[in-house]
Order: sequence, then structure tokens, then C-alpha cells
Amino acid sequence: MLWSELQVTPRLRKDVQWLLLLLFVLWGARPVQAQTEQDATLQSTLGELRDADFPGKEAIVERLTKSGHPSTRAVLTAFFEDRLYYRNDNQTVMLVKSTEGDPASLDLIDTRTLKEAGSIPADQVTKIGTNNRLRRFLRTAIAQFGLSNPDASIRLEAVREVLRSLDESNIALLRERVDVETDPGVKKEIGIALALSELDSADSAVRLAAVATLRESLNNDVRNKLASMIEKSPEGTYAESDESVRAAAASAVKHIDQWRLFYSGIQTLFFGLSLGSVLVLIAIGLAITFGVMGVINMAHGELMMLGAYTTYVVQQSMPNYVGISILVAIPAAFLVAASTGVLIERTIIRFLYGRPLETLLATFGVSLILQQLVRSVFSALNREVKTPDWMSGTLQLNEALAITYNRLYIVLFTLIVFAILLVVLKYTRMGLDIRAVAQNRAMSRAMGIRSEWVDAMTFGLGSGIAGVAGVALSQLTNVGPNLGQSYIIDSFMVVVFGGVGNLWGSLVGGMSMGIVNKLLEPYSGAVLAKILVLVALILFIQRRPRGLFPQTGRSSENQ
Amino acid sequence: MKHRKIFMTAVLLAASALSLSLPAVTVAQQAATIKVGVLHSLSGTMAISETTLKDTILMLIEDQNKKGGLLGKKLEAVVVDPASNWPLFAEKAAQLLEKDKVAVVFGCWTSVSRKSVLPVFEKNNGLLFYPVQYEGEESSKNVIYTGAAPNQQAIPAVDYLMKDLSVKRWVLEGTDYVYPRTTNKILEAYLLSKGVAKEDISINYTPFGFSDWQTRVAAIKKFGSAGKKTAVVSTINGDANVPFYKELGNQKVSAEDIPVVAFSVGEEELSGLDAKPLVGHLAAWNYFQSIKSPVNSTFITQWKTYIKNQKRTTNDPMEAHYIGFNLWVKAVQKAGTTDVEKVLAALPGLETPNLTGGIAKMLPNHHITKPVYIGEVKADGQFEVVWKTASTVPGDAWSDFLPDSKNIDADWVSLKCGNYNKTTKKCSGQNYK
Repeated sequence: MLWSELQVTPRLRKDVQWLLLLLFVLWGARPVQAQTEQDATLQSTLGELRDADFPGKEAIVERLTKSGHPSTRAVLTAFFEDRLYYRNDNQTVMLVKSTEGDPASLDLIDTRTLKEAGSIPADQVTKIGTNNRLRRFLRTAIAQFGLSNPDASIRLEAVREVLRSLDESNIALLRERVDVETDPGVKKEIGIALALSELDSADSAVRLAAVATLRESLNNDVRNKLASMIEKSPEGTYAESDESVRAAAASAVKHIDQWRLFYSGIQTLFFGLSLGSVLVLIAIGLAITFGVMGVINMAHGELMMLGAYTTYVVQQSMPNYVGISILVAIPAAFLVAASTGVLIERTIIRFLYGRPLETLLATFGVSLILQQLVRSVFSALNREVKTPDWMSGTLQLNEALAITYNRLYIVLFTLIVFAILLVVLKYTRMGLDIRAVAQNRAMSRAMGIRSEWVDAMTFGLGSGIAGVAGVALSQLTNVGPNLGQSYIIDSFMVVVFGGVGNLWGSLVGGMSMGIVNKLLEPYSGAVLAKILVLVALILFIQRRPRGLFPQTGRSSENQ
Repeated sequence: MKHRKIFMTAVLLAASALSLSLPAVTVAQQAATIKVGVLHSLSGTMAISETTLKDTILMLIEDQNKKGGLLGKKLEAVVVDPASNWPLFAEKAAQLLEKDKVAVVFGCWTSVSRKSVLPVFEKNNGLLFYPVQYEGEESSKNVIYTGAAPNQQAIPAVDYLMKDLSVKRWVLEGTDYVYPRTTNKILEAYLLSKGVAKEDISINYTPFGFSDWQTRVAAIKKFGSAGKKTAVVSTINGDANVPFYKELGNQKVSAEDIPVVAFSVGEEELSGLDAKPLVGHLAAWNYFQSIKSPVNSTFITQWKTYIKNQKRTTNDPMEAHYIGFNLWVKAVQKAGTTDVEKVLAALPGLETPNLTGGIAKMLPNHHITKPVYIGEVKADGQFEVVWKTASTVPGDAWSDFLPDSKNIDADWVSLKCGNYNKTTKKCSGQNYK
């Protein structure tokens, strides 16, 4: 119909054809032009970041998320990770590939195309700074993009992040996702987020259904939201108007609280075990030197310190292999501490056997010498021992229970060291010699055992274990000259409590002290918990001077 | 044989004692130098922090001597080591004042060491420059406090959290000794006065060198999960900080969710640890190495050259010593003598540039004016300033937020008193609680 009307003259028709063709071409070019327009907006919006204050930056980020530019996500992620810079010469905002290791020149990435754009000396660009609040905001903004990530674990994290700050646009996004989501875990989490949003629904039936869904969640925000529904305002009205919904919410909160209490109990138990395993680890070396040989070695803590410093040295010598360096450090620390132990035994302690007071004073002197030695060699400042990636972070069992990896590994490590030590003492020739000399020195000598050599080896073994404990401590506390001092008293306590001369006693003693300490701590505070444990220990020793597992038989007479 | 051995030992000891006293004699004969006492622990637990301050003073003295000394005389440092042992601090202070007759002492770090030397300085009428942030509630005639009082560090930090981060719930976490306890008492009173509910404040103390933070961090996490923005104000001291931040990192308490603002963690402390788990957490100080000013970059270069290590950092107490030393030099020049009474009279009102581009002014209450900065920890162990006060804040010796000290005033110019009760109009003299 249009054509027939336009059929005025052939000439005109031809013109119209041209015009249409032109229009067609223009229409085809439209996306390209829109792209450049978007690019320009992106550039100018990013440009504003240069001089904005933190609230201003927040508003700009908000605008960026709504812009729909394809590189928004990359830009925001870079901003979050402190990789957003602007060039000092032409003021354009650029992404930087990596700032790892403080490089002299930075590789730039164009914000519009996300293609590499050469490199620039680090002093010719200026970073666009963030603060806590802004990073929190960015995290949520980035999470929205993560909802469609192919990796299910990233999607799960994203949903959890979005759940913490729900708003209309988030909820709409989640609604879209819930139908296409394939992973059951993520789907469930989205369900919880949607249910959480439905608590604000006007329909009480919807609210009731939402409460029923949320009942099984252990999420904190869910609990707080439910609890806020049953709260009574000062005017006597409830946030939730419907009686039945309120009852359901109250029961859900109770249910959630019960489970959370249960899991926090498990967590406390684990805390106790992990503190206990540190105590066991620092005490079993002493259980050998003090327990088996009867030497009060005040330098035991410093041998642990040497182990920790060995870890530092090993890590410094292989800077690119932080993960492996800890494993290499274990035998190295054993050797360093064991040879120091043998040296101490050969030069000092062997002249003082049977004179406990003098041994105590002499080894205390040795401990001061060792402390000052590391102060002279490594300076009084603490040294930085990096935690390998496989040891940091948490094992998230569920939303109420998480176990930190470093503690988990240390519990396992303690058990392994303990088992190895048992095997050595029980099934090797050296272990047999050690036990023989400890039980009856004169008789063992008569049987042809070189008791002096065995003394040195025993002391070396105990010291070596102290060194290994030092490797573990380097992951928990400061590596500095005072490291040993802070643990020496604890280790003596464990050995005395467990029963002198008994390895199992040290294990049970250390673990139970750890657990009791951690059970008390939430109620009494850390200071009082420590005092209470000490008082309980003194009372216990009054009743049973030989500890939990006293040595029996003839050998105990000599102790 | 045995007697001979004892005799030989006695001779040796006597000889060494003699040789030790010799230099003292020669110095006394010359008397052409001005002696400056340095009372910082070079061994023991506090050596980690205090050794740096000793080196700072030595550097400043060397610099002053290069400029021709003071009053035509060279400065001479008398360094003693109180070995992190509080009674030994008093002993060494007495030695500096009575035996070495030093004109001024720069020293102390912990509050307990300051309290320990206080009677010695007052008895001998000595002069001590104390460079570390402290709990306040003190103003001695013989002490110049160049570190921050609570209103120059703790209160502005809390203000920042309250206004900029809209924090509603507070964990006050500290090591169990006088500085955290007093600071937390002041902060609690301040928060309550700002309308924070009692149940939104949790105060907790842990022992020195505490390393098992699992339970505490779990408790902080729980306290922070009540739906209101929570922050931790940390007065945790020294070594206990590293395991604390490590545990925070491991339990995934991020700075974005629950920020920790610390009053005892500076560049020096961060240089000894892997700063990754701390990134984003906050610290409040009056100086950061990262602050750009010409005088600061000169100072940093001077320090790195003096200590012969490009990796060493500068920190807040070092700046306090820098200010204190320059104030003392100016006061001596103004008085024309090193006599303590005259120097003390010359000090109030003196001004000297601080390292952040401003001016530090000596106040009549023996405190100084300081700007307050809030910095966020960066991965390289430096701080990025996210907030600062509009102008410098005058140090307040007696906190206005504690009922006991509200009416107490310190003024060594007009009142000649460090503990003057404005209601009873009485000066309690030098008696401290």
C-alpha cells in the first residue's frame, strides 16, 4: 500500500529507494554507534572517580552497574582489588593487570575493550583508592554479576552475598535465576533469598510459607530477620501482624537457635582440641627430656624458637615455594634443634646430672644466650613467616560451623608426631636403649649400652621435637626472640599434669587442659580461664602428686 | 690453688670495674658536652619497639651536632638499657639523673614503665620526653607528653567509625593492663554519652602475648551478627596482634564486615608480619609514613640512610620523638641554658613543625597539639589515609568523659599544677592514683 502511494514518478521512486537504502545502512550502524556512546559514558563516568570522595564514588559505582556496559564487571572487580588507576599524563582511567610484588612497571588494560594497552612505569599512574565501606558496596555489586557465572561455587557465594543486602533489582535478578539454575545447592540458596524477600509480602499466606522455608536455614540474616518479626515495639504492636505467622516465626527462631547452639558447642570442642594439640606438641619434647631423663630444661622454649626461625630461613631461601617450604622446614627444624640440643647436653647438662637445681639455672642461662643470639643475628624485630595458601581459610561445614584449616592441620600434625614418637620409642633399637637407660642406668650399662651416648640421643630427640613444634608455632604466633618464653610454662604444666615420664599422659593432659580452658573461656574471659585452669592443676597435683598417669614399678622410685 | 683462683678473679673484677669508671671520669673533666639520656629497652619484650626509638634519638643528636650542637656545645647521648623490666626503669632513670647528670631524658614506652620512673624524675627534678600514645589521666611537672592523649587518638577514631561507617555495635578488645583499661573506660563513657545502648558494647581483656584467639574471634563474629554494623576497637598490645589478625583472616571476618581499628599497630609492627590478613583494617595515629609532605620525605630518607637499611619504616612514636627533640632544642635555645626549671618555663607556647606538614604547639598541660589520621592497612604494610581531622587537636590530660577527671585541669603556666580541681579549687599536687 505504501509502495502504491509512493509510485508518483519513476524518478522519485529511485530517490526513495536510495533513501531507504541509506536508512537501512544507518539502522545497521546503530549498534556500533550505541557502543561508542556507551564507551564514552563509561569513560566519563570513570573519569569522575578521580576526584570524587568516598560517598561520591559509591554513587558512581551505582551508576556504573546500571549502565549495562559489557566491561562493567571487570572494571568493578579491578576497583575492588585496587587495580583501577588513572594515567598522570592524559588522565584516562585504566585497569592494571596485576600489582603483585610491587613491580616497577604496570601492564595496562583498556576499560572499554578489556584489551591490553601496553605498560607504564608505576610512578606515572595514580591509584583510585577505596575504603572499607566502598569495598563492601563493590562486593555486592560484583556479586550480582556472579549470579550467572558458570562455576556453581561462585554462584553460591554470589547468592549469599546478594542475600545480605536484598533490594528490588536483586530480587528480580534472583527470580530470573531460580528457573534456570541447575545446581541444587545454589537453587536452595536462591529459594532462601526469595523466601527472605517474601517475608515482606502483604499476603500472610505467602509469609507463612516463607517462614516454613526459612526454618531449615542456619543463615544469620535469616535468623535476625525472623527475630525482628516477633519483636514487640514500645507501643505494644508487633512487626508481624498475623498471629499464626508470628507463632511460626517464633518456633523457627527457636529451631534455628537450637541448631546454632549445637554447632557452636561442636566448634568450642574443636577450639579446645586445637589448643590442646598445641599444648601436646610443645610438651611431648619436654616429656622426653624432663619425663624420661629428669632434666629440667628451661631452654626448651628456645629450642622451639630455633625451629620457628628455621622455618623463616627455609622460607626465605625458597621464596617462590611458600607452600612447600613449610614441609621442608619440618625436617630442617628437627635437625637444627636436635643438634643444638645435643650440643647443650654434651657441653653443659652432662656435667650436671643428678643436680636438678643447677641444671635448671644452667639451662635458664642457655635460654637467655639463645634469645640474645637470635636478637643479634635476626634483630629484635619479629620475622615474617608466610602462611601457605593451603593452610589459610576455613572449612565451611555449614553456615553455623566452620573450622579453620591451619588449626585442623595442626591437630593432625600433632597426632602424627605423637604416633611417630611412640613408634620410635617402642619399636626401634634407639627407643629400647632410651627406655632401658631411663629405667635402670647401671643395669643397662652392664648390658653394654653406651649410656652417655643414649643420653645425648635422648636429649637430641626431645629437642628435635621441640624444633618441629616451632614450625607449627610459626604459623600461629609471632616468630621473635620471645617466642619460647611464652610457651615454656604451659609445656611444663602439661608434663606435670600428665604424669612425668608418660607420653600418653602428656597427650591426655594437654588435650583435657585445652578443652577445659576453651569451655571456660566464653564465661570467664581468657584471663580468668587461664587462672582457673592453673588453680585446678595445683589442687590436682596436691591430690595426685604424680599426675594423671603415674609411673609405677621400680623405675618410679628414682624419680 | 682454689684461693689463688678466687684472688685472680677478684683482681680481674676490680680491674674491669676500674676501666668502666674511667670514661666517666674523663667526660666529667671535659664537661664541654650536653648529656642527653636515652631510656629505652634494648632487650626483653619491649626491645622490638623501643630499639627504634633509641636509634631515632641518636640520629637526631648526630644531626644536631652536625649543625654545630647546642649553645656551642656538642650533644652526647647516654644510652642505658632498662631491659623491659619496670623496676629497672626506675633504677636506670636514677642513674641517668644522679650519676650521669643528664640535661634531659627521652624514653619509656609502656605506661607502667612511665609510672615507675615518675617519682624518680619528680624527686630529682629531671625532664622526661615521653613519645607514646597513652591513657591520659596524668600531667607531671617533669614529663612532656609528646604522644597522643585519648582525645587525640581513641575518641576521633570512634567518631570516624560512628559517622563514616555508621557503626552501631562496639567490641572493645584489649590486653589486660593499665592503658587498655583506662582507654576503654573513657571510650565506654563516651559511647554511652552518644546514646549507644549498654548491650551494644562488649568489653573484653586478654593476657599479654595471648595467641589462641579462636574463641574470642568466634565471639566477635557472633556479637557482630546481630544485624547492626559492628566494629572492634583494639587496644591489643604488641605481640598478641599478629595471631589476632591471623585468626580474623582465617575465620573470614573481613574488614568490610567488621572493621578493626587499632591504636597500637603501626608500620613497624606490620613490617614483621604478613600484612595480607590485615588489609582494610584501620589504625588511628597522628602520623603515617605514607603521608606526603616535604619534611616527611626528608625524614624518611634521613632515617633510611642513618639505619643503613632501605626497608626500615618510620612510625608515630618516632615522629613524637622528632617533635619532642626539636621542642627541647628550641626551649634550650630560648632559655640559654639546659637548666630544667628554665627549660620547663620556656617550653609552653613553643611551636615546631611536625612531619605531616603541620605545626605542633606545646601546651601548658605538657601535652602538644596533633592532627589525627585514620589509615587503612594496605598489602605492603603501609597505611592509606582515609580520614583526618580538619585541624590539629590539643591534647587533653584529664578526660572530659570520666566523672572523676571531668573537673580536673592541668596547667603548668598559670595554675602551676597538674591536677587542679576546678570545683574545689584545690591542687592535689603530684599525687597520682
